[in-house]
This record gives sequence, C-alpha cells and structure tokens, in this order.
Amino acid sequence: MGTFILYKTILASCILMISLLVAMYSTLIERKVAGFFQDRLGPDRAGPWGLFQPLADGIKLFFKEEFMPNTADKFLYILGPSLTMLIALLTSAAIPWGSNLVINGKEYPLQVADINIGILYIFAIVSIGVYGIMIGGWASNNKYALLGAIRASSQMISYELAMSLAIIAVVMMTGSLSLKDIVQQQHGFNWNVWYQPAAFLIFLVCAFAECNRSPFDLPECETELVGGYHTEYSSMKLGFYLFAEYINMFISAAVMATLFFGGYNFPFMDKLALSPNAMATIGFFVLFTKITFLGFVFMWVRWTLPRFRYDQLMRLGWKAMIPLAILNIVITGIVILIR
Amino acid sequence: MSFWEKIYLPAVLNGMRITFSHLFRKKATIRYPETKREFAEIYRGQHVLKRDEEGRERCTACGLCAVACPAEAIIMVADERKPGEENLYREEKYASVYEINMLRCIFCGLCEEACPKEAIFLTKKIVASDYERDGFIYGKDKLLEPLDPEKRIDISKRETKEVLEFKKDKSKKHNQ
Ligand code: SF4
Ligand code: SF4
Repeated sequence: MGTFILYKTILASCILMISLLVAMYSTLIERKVAGFFQDRLGPDRAGPWGLFQPLADGIKLFFKEEFMPNTADKFLYILGPSLTMLIALLTSAAIPWGSNLVINGKEYPLQVADINIGILYIFAIVSIGVYGIMIGGWASNNKYALLGAIRASSQMISYELAMSLAIIAVVMMTGSLSLKDIVQQQHGFNWNVWYQPAAFLIFLVCAFAECNRSPFDLPECETELVGGYHTEYSSMKLGFYLFAEYINMFISAAVMATLFFGGYNFPFMDKLALSPNAMATIGFFVLFTKITFLGFVFMWVRWTLPRFRYDQLMRLGWKAMIPLAILNIVITGIVILIR
Repeated sequence: MSFWEKIYLPAVLNGMRITFSHLFRKKATIRYPETKREFAEIYRGQHVLKRDEEGRERCTACGLCAVACPAEAIIMVADERKPGEENLYREEKYASVYEINMLRCIFCGLCEEACPKEAIFLTKKIVASDYERDGFIYGKDKLLEPLDPEKRIDISKRETKEVLEFKKDKSKKHNQ
C-alpha cells in the first residue's frame, strides 16, 4: 500500500511537471510556428533558438503590476483563474501515458487513475472548466469580460454535446468507457481514426471550440471584446488563463491521441519483442510524438483560418456537428448490428 | 454556395496546404545586429555639416535650409567671422549654433537641395535612439564633419551628375 501511494504520488507529480513544461514550451513553439507560417523566424533572442523565451515571459508576467478593478468581486476574481488552472491540470490523471512498467516483478501502470468511466471523467472535468472562465468574466465587473464569458459558456456547452456524441460512436465500438481499454483495443495499427474518421473530425473541430482556439476563439476575440473574459486580468492571473489554454491544448491533443490514434500503440509493436519496460518507454515517446503532431495541427489551424462569426459558430455547432454526430452513431450502430 | 463550399473542408484544407508551404520558404527576417540590411548609396539618414578641403566650415548661415525644411526642424544662429578665424570658416558669416531636431526631421533631403554652399548633406548613418527628447536635438557637435582628413564623410554619391559636372568649372566662385 505504501509503495502504491508513493508510486502514484511520483507519477502524478511527474505528469504535473510534464504538463507545465509542455505548456510552457508550447507558447514558444506556437510563436515559432506562427513566425514560420508568416515567413518570419519567431523569437530567437533569448538563448539559443529562443529557448529561454518562456522563462523570460514567465518572469515578465510575475513582475507585472497586479491590478484588480475596484468593483470586482475579490473572491471570485481570484477563484476564476485558479479554477481554470486546476481543472486544466486535473484531466491528465485519466490518460494512460504508456503501457505497464515492470519493476521487481510488479506491474506499474503509467496512468494515475484507471477509472472505468475514464472518458466520462474527462468530459465532466472539462465541462467544469467553463466555470473558471465564467466566474472570471463575471467577477471582473466589465461588460467586455461578461460578454466574453457568456460567449465562452454558450460555445463550450454547444460544442460539448457534439463532442460527446462523437465519442459515443467510439465507445460503442470499444464497449468500454475506460481509456485504458480503448487504448488496448487499438493495438498495433488498429487505430480508431481508420474506423471513425467522421467522429475524429467532429471531435477535432469541437476540441478547437472547447479550447477557445482559433478559428473559434470568440470569447477572447480582440477585435470586438478587447480581451474577452480576461480583459481585467493582469500579471500572473492573466498568465494562469493563458497558461491554462496551453495545458488544455496539450490535454486535448493527448485525449485525441488516446481515443483516435492508438495512444501509446504503434505499428509492428509485436514484432520488436522488447522487454515491457522498453516497450513502455517507447510507447511513451510514441504517444508524445502523436501529441506533438496534434498540437502542431492546433497551431497550424490557428494560423491559417480566420475567426468565425458568432452566428456561424452556433450554426456549425447545432446544425452541422450535432446532426452529423448523431448520424455517425446510427451508422456505427447499424454496422455493429450487421457484423 | 455549392455543397463543397458549404462544408468548408476543401477550402480549409487548401488554406492549410498554403500555410504549410510557407514553413519552408526563405524567411524575410534580418537578424539585425548580426546581419545588416544593405543601404542604398544615396540613403537619407543623419545629416552632416561639411567642411571644405582646407577644413573650413562651409555653412554661411544663410538660412535657406531652414526655410526649405518642410518640418521646420532646423534652427541656427548666425555670427560674424572675426579676423584670424579664416582657417575655421569659409565665408565671412557662419553659424555659431546650428541645430536639427531629429524627431521633427522627415529626412526628405530638401535642406540639402536648398543649400547654396554644399554645406549640408544626408548620410547613411542612422539616428540613434535615445531616452530623452532633448537628446534628439543635434547641435554642431554631432553634425559637423570631423577635421581629420581620414575621417571625412564621403557624400559624393548623393551629388547628382550635374552637380559633379558643375564643380569641375573652376571659373565659378562657388568652386574656388
Ligand atoms: S531632411 Fe528635410 S526635414 Fe530634415 S532637416 Fe532637411 S529639410 Fe528638414
Ligand atoms: S547649411 Fe547651407 S543652406 Fe543651411 S544655412 Fe548653411 S549654408 Fe545656408
């Protein structure tokens, strides 16, 4: 029992550190990628290839003036970013980061919690995420912030529906809600994306909307809402909001890799005949490659597409994504019945 | 809109293809302190107040440059040349104070065109940044060409063909 708790604590802290590190460096990668897409070089002054840029940004955010509007609700104002950050970090617990490690004949799964309703857990936590934004926008007592918060909540709620409907098709195929089972069923090259391309597409689009990323970044739409829900935030509180966005991006990429791209599975993994530990290590890096690629897709889309109009966004969500997802479920059901 | 246009996807994928191709393009960025952009020989940068071959200031404080200046960036104070200062100033009258406000100047080069004495020219030098506004008012200390013949500033690139031709005519008083 003691080792169990110790192991889980170490694993959880590792995953926490990795999430934070990845989020930190995705800010740099995002800026680099944006630069390259626009025929620029991106930041390259702080350290070699700008490697210290995230540190510099972090230090800058720490030393910025902490400003709180007079009319703001103090408690909720602080709660907003904290909640967003907390929830962004919570989701990583249910993701299987690799197959089992074997130490002294005992198996240690590279997953903090193998919950049998893993997907449900992730969806539940992600839906709480909207509260962070909503509370922050409300507590700022600023009309732009409030509008941004309202937009965020209605957008996230509408896209969550389509997202979960897309997942139902995957769950129907797998017959399990546990992420571990879903990953194990995609052994080798048996990835879900080959069987459920429509579900993947819907999930991807909804993930953009859920993370408030372009082309659905209406909650923080600079052109009309100044900064959206974080208009009144400064210093590290703003940093938390921005940081949480990147963690969310990382986690959604991880969830997508797990659900559709076989998680830590890779083609011809049986032919290698390696020890389980080597397998777990390779699997971990394979998963990370997939996450990196999906993260790149996030950035790629952001720097390609212009922002949707709000009515277009809602129409896409309710009139295209949800019917498509339902159709996908029906077709999947029929195919399963026939087989 | 046709069906394919309505579902956005082909357009989105095409857009992504275009942006992706930009990843491998040559970058337009010039890493400034390490590499510098080539300036044109006739670049209009910070001014220089020229001296003649014998090292005398050419400016006679006629004020034509100040009149020509559209940004009203130039002010000067004229003074009379005392006996014994002939080696310092070319004409009997000279500018004891000559200031250009580099924040006002638009680097149009009209002062240079207006000057009858070939005393003021624009150079390739860039006006440095500063923390104070006062720092941008350049007096004679910053504008005047150094006496040392080695450090003279070559402005011949900014002189037109006609001017260079005219300067060969030694019968004109201007060229003596
Ligand atoms: S360059 Fe133009 S603006 Fe500048 S001092 Fe000369 S005349 Fe004035
Ligand atoms: S710089 Fe030329 S135009 Fe200006 S005052 Fe001197 S001589 Fe006259």
